[in-house]
Amino acid sequence: MAKEIPLVWLAASGCTGCSVSLLNTASPTIKNLLVDEVIPGVHINLRFHQTIMAASGSLAIEALESTAEDKKGAYILAVDGAIPVGDHANYCVMGERDGKPVTMETRLEELARDALAVLAVGTCASFGGIPAGAPNPSNCKPVREVLDAKGIKTPLVNIPGCPPHPDWFVGTVAGILLNGLPAADDLDDNLRPLAYYGKLIHENCPRRAYFDEGKFAKKFGDEGCLYELGCKGPITYADCPTRRWNNGTNWVIGAGAPCNGCTQPEFIDGTSPFYEKLQDVDLPVIGACWLPGKEDKQ
Amino acid sequence: MSKIVIDPITRIEGHLKVETTVEDGVVKDARSTGNLFRGLELILGGRDPRDAQVITQRICGVCPQSHGMAAALNLDSAFGISDKIPDNARIIRNLIQGAHVVQDHILHFYHLAALDYVDVTDVAKYEGGDAALNSVKDFIVRGELGPFVPRYEGDYRLPPEINQMASAHYIEALEIRRVGHEMVSLLSGKIPHSVGIVPGGVTITPTVDMITAFLWKLRRLQEFINNTYIPDVLAVAGVYSDYCEIGSGCRNLLSYGGYDLEGNSPDYTTRKRLFSQGVVSSDLKPGKLDISRINENVMYSWYENSSTGRHPSEGETRPQYGKDDAYSWVKAPRYDGKVYEVGPLARVAVNYANGDPEMKKLVESSLAQLKAPPSALFSVMGRHLARALSAKFTADNLEKWLLEIKPGEPTYVEYEIPDEARGFGIVEAARGALGHWIEIKGQKIANYQCVVPTTWNASPRDDSGNPGPIEQAIMGTKIRDKDNPFEIVRIVRSFDPCLACAIH
Repeated sequence: MAKEIPLVWLAASGCTGCSVSLLNTASPTIKNLLVDEVIPGVHINLRFHQTIMAASGSLAIEALESTAEDKKGAYILAVDGAIPVGDHANYCVMGERDGKPVTMETRLEELARDALAVLAVGTCASFGGIPAGAPNPSNCKPVREVLDAKGIKTPLVNIPGCPPHPDWFVGTVAGILLNGLPAADDLDDNLRPLAYYGKLIHENCPRRAYFDEGKFAKKFGDEGCLYELGCKGPITYADCPTRRWNNGTNWVIGAGAPCNGCTQPEFIDGTSPFYEKLQDVDLPVIGACWLPGKEDKQ
Repeated sequence: MSKIVIDPITRIEGHLKVETTVEDGVVKDARSTGNLFRGLELILGGRDPRDAQVITQRICGVCPQSHGMAAALNLDSAFGISDKIPDNARIIRNLIQGAHVVQDHILHFYHLAALDYVDVTDVAKYEGGDAALNSVKDFIVRGELGPFVPRYEGDYRLPPEINQMASAHYIEALEIRRVGHEMVSLLSGKIPHSVGIVPGGVTITPTVDMITAFLWKLRRLQEFINNTYIPDVLAVAGVYSDYCEIGSGCRNLLSYGGYDLEGNSPDYTTRKRLFSQGVVSSDLKPGKLDISRINENVMYSWYENSSTGRHPSEGETRPQYGKDDAYSWVKAPRYDGKVYEVGPLARVAVNYANGDPEMKKLVESSLAQLKAPPSALFSVMGRHLARALSAKFTADNLEKWLLEIKPGEPTYVEYEIPDEARGFGIVEAARGALGHWIEIKGQKIANYQCVVPTTWNASPRDDSGNPGPIEQAIMGTKIRDKDNPFEIVRIVRSFDPCLACAIH
């Protein structure tokens, strides 16, 4: 009999782009993830995901709340979107209790406390991201900050990206199923798995040779490094150049566009203007980022 | 009198609650509530105008490409270059947008709507040799049926073998829509949140291998649309034929038109587009679109009343949660003071009303198969059918445009960001009419306003108290079983709502 790992997915202050990105997973396919034993002997039982589940309304909420009660300490909680705490957290609510809406902050608190692990999926959940951009109208917080404020110690992994590559999510979950929770030195200071976020875009960029020889594109369509068109590859940790996107079809710089730094805690205020050259950055030398330890990345 | 509250409505994008009052088994009143506010328009303020293309895509991860397109047209217009975009760029933009929209329509029918009509659990009785179906059978035998069960029960009408076939198509559609995203990625880097469409044109340098790869991915989508998607919609509509009448709604339709066929006219409201700009009502007579007649009402939305009734070019977003009488974060856009529905139905109906021969043929042959009159378009099944026909019509034209790309010729035009300017961009997103408006001061964004398809469709009451399109479509509907209110969720999902878009 396959082991069933319950998974619940909360959509907070986000755009569903993280879920659509996961839908694009190629190997395993999304069908493999939902229906099959994703690794032999283990099936992920997706109890709650509001974009794909059959149930609506109280039936759906019951599936969510009963998982928290019946599967204490055994379920994985994935969250996309930041958590708005402004105006009593009423900027994002889902379902009702005693005729009153339940805020996403409350949902997160209730579900995170007894989860096996919390996965903050995407840059909004990981770092605040888009809705936390100035002036942060709804006072959005990253999952980590909300859990800290509530004294919740459940292990947390951040899987940022706007959206994250599906492999980053699938790989993190598969890692938990095969080897248990990630060890401290599997993650960087921002709780990102080093396996996917260990190196700078700049380090593995196919246009890196242009950078080194000082050949810079002046407008879109030009040959050359996109640094002067605003590329944030030199400050952005992710394996996009080697992994590529959409089943390996292409990636941002492959389409002639600058990286906008979407896996970084600084996204969006600190990585914009997106089409202006980076200011005041110590550019890394070749090789600096191949070192495995997080302290060496500086 | 009793109340039915459905919160959340799932299998849509985002946070939507629908509350109805039912009397003698019929819905007397309906209220739709959008439950997530982020304030993207406020976040855009003070930024470099070019960043709107990046940030507005993040309004929605289901519809990012349409926002990127609307933002690019908006910025082209503000920068004074809307009539200077090279043909290569115009065509590549259409291909990116078209591929995204077509995969989105497939996703909607199979992965968002189908579970209201198709009983997946019938796969347990499957005796054939299809590997995918047998793996679903194993899944059912294992017994943990999330996310497919629980669900509403009692109105699944398809015979077991059709349920099994439709379940196989659900799985096949997962693959096909992913290929649709690969097409976007080819020309636009990655998706969701692609990078290829920018003010001035596109960033990509097209090559023959790229064009060929796109073509053969497109062929897979076309084959699926012709041989699976459209036949499945007609089959479901045939069995659930009462839904060719249920959920008709306001019967006013509006389309901004989509896919520019020419680039040298600066006015988006009149330039030639594959889907024409226009308005249509129940008589299916063509009407001209005049975007100066649009305004947004907020008396029943959680925004300060002082900002109500404005044209989006002068719009404001001033949140005020808990305001008396208000019940949604969605504003209420109106055209000529009246309630209008937007979406694939509007797109198809406008071209049909204008006598587009290709569209007339598609609509008439489908209606003939259903033995239904044109008025059946204004219904739950009419919306599903229009979406499928919109997918086919778009996909078939993508192939023509693809071969018009000229590798080696320009794809981008340079510009200066003006110190002060205004602009707008209007497109047809998958879910309907999408407009962006900008005001630039000191080379920064002074105001940015978006009126998005689901802003129209999921709107609450306007200042005159008229319910929004989804609310109207639900009101008057007979509910057979208030514990399993299939009618309400089927009506709501036929609009393919996107709440992150609607509120932004």
